[in-house]
Amino acid sequence: MATMLRVFLLLLSLLSITAPAFSLYEDQVGLADWHQKYIGKVKDAVFHTQKTGRKRVVVSTEENVIASLDLRHGEIFWRHVLGPNDAIDGIDIAMSKYVITLSSEGSILRAWNLPDGQMVWESFLQGPYSSKSSLLVPASLRVDKDNVILAFGKGCIHAISAIHGDTLWKKDLEADSFEIQYMIQASDSDVIHLVGFVGSSEFDSYTFDAKSGELLKHDSAAIPGGYSGQAALVSSNTLVVMDSAGSTVTTISFHDGKVTFNQTPVSTLIEDFVGKAIILASKLEGLFSVKTGTLTLFVRATVEGKLEVVNKVDYATAVSDLLAISEDRQAFAFVHSRSNDIDLTVKLGADWNHDLLKESVKMDQERGSVKKVFINNYIRTDRSHGFRALIVMEDHSLLLVQQGAIVWSREDALASVIDVKTSELPVEKKGVSVAKVEETLFEWLQGHVLKLKGTLMLASPDDMAAIQALRLKASGKSKMTRDHNGFRKLLIVLTKAGKIFALHTGDGRIIWSRLLNSLRQSATCEAPTGLNLFPWHVPHHHALDENPSVLVVSRCGPSDDALGLLSFVDTYTGKELSSASLDHSVVQVIPLPFMDSTEQRLHLLIDASGQAHLYPKTSYALSIFRSELSNVYWYSVEVETGIIKGYALKEKASDNYSFDTRSIWSIVFPSESEKIIKSSTRKSNEVVHTQAKVIADQDAMFKYISKNLLFVATVAPKASGDMGSSTPEESWLIVYLIDTITGRILQRMTHHGAQGPVEAVVSENWVIYHYFNLRAHRYEMSVIEIYDQSRADNKDVWKLILGKHNLTSPVSSYSRPEVMTRSQSYFFTHSVKSIAVTSTAKGITSKQLLIGTVGDQVLALDKRFLDPRRSVNPTQAEKEEGIIPLTDSLPIIPQSYVTHALKVEGLRGIETVPAKLESTTLIFAYGVDLFFTRFAPSRTYDSLTEDFSYALLLLTIVALVAAIFITWILSEKKELRDKWR
Amino acid sequence: MKMRKGELLVLFTLCFVLSLIAPSHSGFQSDELLVDNDEVGLPQTQSQQSSSVPKSDQTTVTPPSPTPRRKFSDSDSDSKIQFTLEHAFGDSDFAPAGTFSARLKTSAHGGQTLTKLRFSRNALTDAEKENFKNLVDGDDFYKIRLPSNVLSPPGKDFVVTSVRARCLPRETLDEHFVIHADGVNILGVNYGAPAPCSYPHPAKLPSKWSFNSYTILKNTEQAPRTPLFIQDVLKNGEEGEGEVVAPPERSFWAKYWMYVIPLGLIVMNAVTQAMNMPEEQASGQPGGAPAAPGAVQRAPSSAARRR
Repeated sequence: MATMLRVFLLLLSLLSITAPAFSLYEDQVGLADWHQKYIGKVKDAVFHTQKTGRKRVVVSTEENVIASLDLRHGEIFWRHVLGPNDAIDGIDIAMSKYVITLSSEGSILRAWNLPDGQMVWESFLQGPYSSKSSLLVPASLRVDKDNVILAFGKGCIHAISAIHGDTLWKKDLEADSFEIQYMIQASDSDVIHLVGFVGSSEFDSYTFDAKSGELLKHDSAAIPGGYSGQAALVSSNTLVVMDSAGSTVTTISFHDGKVTFNQTPVSTLIEDFVGKAIILASKLEGLFSVKTGTLTLFVRATVEGKLEVVNKVDYATAVSDLLAISEDRQAFAFVHSRSNDIDLTVKLGADWNHDLLKESVKMDQERGSVKKVFINNYIRTDRSHGFRALIVMEDHSLLLVQQGAIVWSREDALASVIDVKTSELPVEKKGVSVAKVEETLFEWLQGHVLKLKGTLMLASPDDMAAIQALRLKASGKSKMTRDHNGFRKLLIVLTKAGKIFALHTGDGRIIWSRLLNSLRQSATCEAPTGLNLFPWHVPHHHALDENPSVLVVSRCGPSDDALGLLSFVDTYTGKELSSASLDHSVVQVIPLPFMDSTEQRLHLLIDASGQAHLYPKTSYALSIFRSELSNVYWYSVEVETGIIKGYALKEKASDNYSFDTRSIWSIVFPSESEKIIKSSTRKSNEVVHTQAKVIADQDAMFKYISKNLLFVATVAPKASGDMGSSTPEESWLIVYLIDTITGRILQRMTHHGAQGPVEAVVSENWVIYHYFNLRAHRYEMSVIEIYDQSRADNKDVWKLILGKHNLTSPVSSYSRPEVMTRSQSYFFTHSVKSIAVTSTAKGITSKQLLIGTVGDQVLALDKRFLDPRRSVNPTQAEKEEGIIPLTDSLPIIPQSYVTHALKVEGLRGIETVPAKLESTTLIFAYGVDLFFTRFAPSRTYDSLTEDFSYALLLLTIVALVAAIFITWILSEKKELRDKWR
Repeated sequence: MKMRKGELLVLFTLCFVLSLIAPSHSGFQSDELLVDNDEVGLPQTQSQQSSSVPKSDQTTVTPPSPTPRRKFSDSDSDSKIQFTLEHAFGDSDFAPAGTFSARLKTSAHGGQTLTKLRFSRNALTDAEKENFKNLVDGDDFYKIRLPSNVLSPPGKDFVVTSVRARCLPRETLDEHFVIHADGVNILGVNYGAPAPCSYPHPAKLPSKWSFNSYTILKNTEQAPRTPLFIQDVLKNGEEGEGEVVAPPERSFWAKYWMYVIPLGLIVMNAVTQAMNMPEEQASGQPGGAPAAPGAVQRAPSSAARRR
């Protein structure tokens, strides 16, 4: 019995040792973390509402997600995130049980089971050319009792069996530049038409027998006036295109092997027409829409090829495809957005005068204009037709509109986060004690009794649930005020849609969201894209009545030389304080460590021509900047040319707030042997607690801590392609540590037989990077630690006492650095999407790496595993220091997944923010999903856990005091008895 | 055994003799045959006075052209190569400032490496001295550049680097080059003064207008291999525990001081107590029943006497 007990105790103690500090218990999930699922901007949607049962809509999105949504609540039934290179081109439902997707430019066709999203089959379609692709799932076409799916891609047309994905027939069109526009099934026949264009001047039509794959006909004709890229189908044998000048509409009819053209100038449709008109792609019966400037025209095309305008709309408009509502009737919808609401109109086929439905829905202005609409019909209780519309807005949000109201909405802009910054919450106002308001003493006691029950394992399941609810409530984590530990913050998130969100770190709810006016498409700015967020105004602790603000930097278009846009947003209210269109481009933004009189941070914007522009444009800012002008340096990494250049500012300002720059150093990589694939620097706001590192033999090493350390990785040009494209002999990876002030190469190291992709993180005095080792066929992670030798002789106590040390001497980049590097490589099992490192308020807590794994999870790995001083047999002293015996690979401990059981689908980045509590760091991981958690790299050594039982402590103290009293009285009595004896 | 000892002796003497001969052997040969395997060139001190071009000739000698002059030595795998260092004062144009000469070694599999880097600096002209003074006054940059390819300069682009002019002057102008090369390509140059250069620094001009140059050529370092020691662990297991390194033996004090000191204290305490005890007994305190055993043993006679 005793031995058993001993064994048990031993096991228990072993378990407590091996369990890592950061693992969670099951009931702790969701206390400090939250997870949100998104899908991204919807590209295409198919409804599935025929059967009784769950009504759903299957959507494909620009984030390459295919998802099935509940039509009643908008929740996700199932979802698949395809890879970043696997864009979905077409989606449809076959046999009302499979979802068919065509992706990767028409080369992969997949079928998913509709109820649960399991993949049923997958077919790879091969073809000689790359071209546009198209998917057609005919409802009533059968070949040998087999439903047929027609997919066009890579210059070939494939007929695929819907049941098992086998290719029934395949036909190469043998036209390498044929761009397909539409694939049409002639009404209830086995004939398939393929219409498209070759180049910009030739129209081609192919006719197939869908059963045998026989090419029945091929017509081609030159289009008079050329072709501009958009086409609308107005009937099964008529196509409308715009000419290349954008001024003439050409109607193409391809009936019975004859192709006829009919041209109508746009100016006959609309008076005083100038500029270019665009045809919106649609498939309507005898109708199409033309966009000229702000105006949208609905034009009817008659069988003879005559055009007449039926309606003009001055608002942004979206038109749905045709929907068959009964045997012979078809409906379509179009949506206008006006200033505060949107109008949904459903019309019957070609009959313009009759509205099936016309309703107006109030719409939040922050959603922008309507971009897309998909409609679906249902039978109302009074047997008439009802319609519901799925609407995609400018801010990428998805709404379901039914009976004139928004049934549900999804903020899917959050699937495309570009940048994240945090902002502190307002301070709690004095006079209102939160504790007093929230619960009475009785409730407080009751809660603690419950918790006590829980700790003593006396609680029933009901009690457990109550405890869980109490925990969530008691932590007060979703309050809108600053907390003592700094856990509550606002996450300011910039998305691709140009919308800014503020999320509460407590529960992830949206505090405010704002579609920035400067980031909306306009006549002056065709395709604005957000770049970065910067903290612009952070009030210090005496001016807490002021609201902090962030700077949003964006530019008009994807290229570097597009003009820049700035906008300033209040982080408490989300109000856009001001915005500015710049007269120069923005390539780089440098936040300077200076503030002006109103505590606005100085920023230097570098444009494409190398000029530097100072913001804010105030004279005070300029005077501060002028005094520091000679100490401002920056660098640029030119990936195409393989040159890294360093710059300084010229003293003379070319005008008041812009400065000329000059190149002061350059590093030239030979283009035949090296290609830059990764560069990485330290976070500028990282705090390092101590410069020295005491090692086992009572010796000290001084960390080389420089904010100007740049890590660059280059690979052999041959090995820069995909994995397996080169042999180990002709591939290498060279890593550099560069000082960005002087351009000194501090360290240069070659990994032979290694290849990218490289992910790297720089922190304190070390760099950790991840790459693939071709010789070992495994991924590897390497660490380089860099130490300053010039301070190494400061270890003499006498020198320190006598003041003969150089610890107080200023550090300059122009002094010759005496550095020593240590490095080591380890195998790592996973490929990696992103690496980050924990950051804490004072930098005392030991660091952990946060690795975004290929499975879209975040793994925490202690930095001690990546110590270059690990040896096979560490001495006793080294073991005491915490050096782990050397192993060839890094361990993956399942409990150390920060995301525990969850996945952050499509993981793109991990952001860490220090909390006020030194032990804790806040982690925000984003991709298609969002995940936030609190994390203590070496346990919460400076605070009690939330579920700490104060009542138990109190009870113990009371019991102890009582015991003291009782024993005191007893001893008094005994003494008295003794004395009387 | 004896035989082997004898052989060793012979070998030793041979080696000794050879080593004596070797320097003289290379001495009378042309120094171009010296095959130096050092990847890192020897740091060499070379002041301008000792450079091969005499100062007086400087005006007549045409400035070194940027094209390399290759002199093939008798061994065809080695060739001499020269390339020019150019400098600029602030934003002025670059002008030749010195010449690097190196040996280009072609290895068997076609790779080329630079070795034996030597550097000769041109003397500063008066105009250049004046420029330099202006630089120091204005705390501006002194820039240098090298071609990025030594065979076909300037290659892709020049490798530029610069230093605040105030950092260079000491007694002479001290400069330190670390040239990072990869075959015939120069990637970057670390350039600066060997001494620390802090900000702000008093503008000081050198007493002697000559350059004191140190040059180092650096090729790439090999990254350490990932440890593959499954075999090692096996070996250890096979060869037994004899391989295990015993932790260094520490002195008795180092190991047990934390026990010894309290023990000492307790002993001292006990001793003083023991010393006090007889006195207490002597002073005639009654009822000293739980006394130390030593005291008890001595006490009976007196106690008996009292009763």
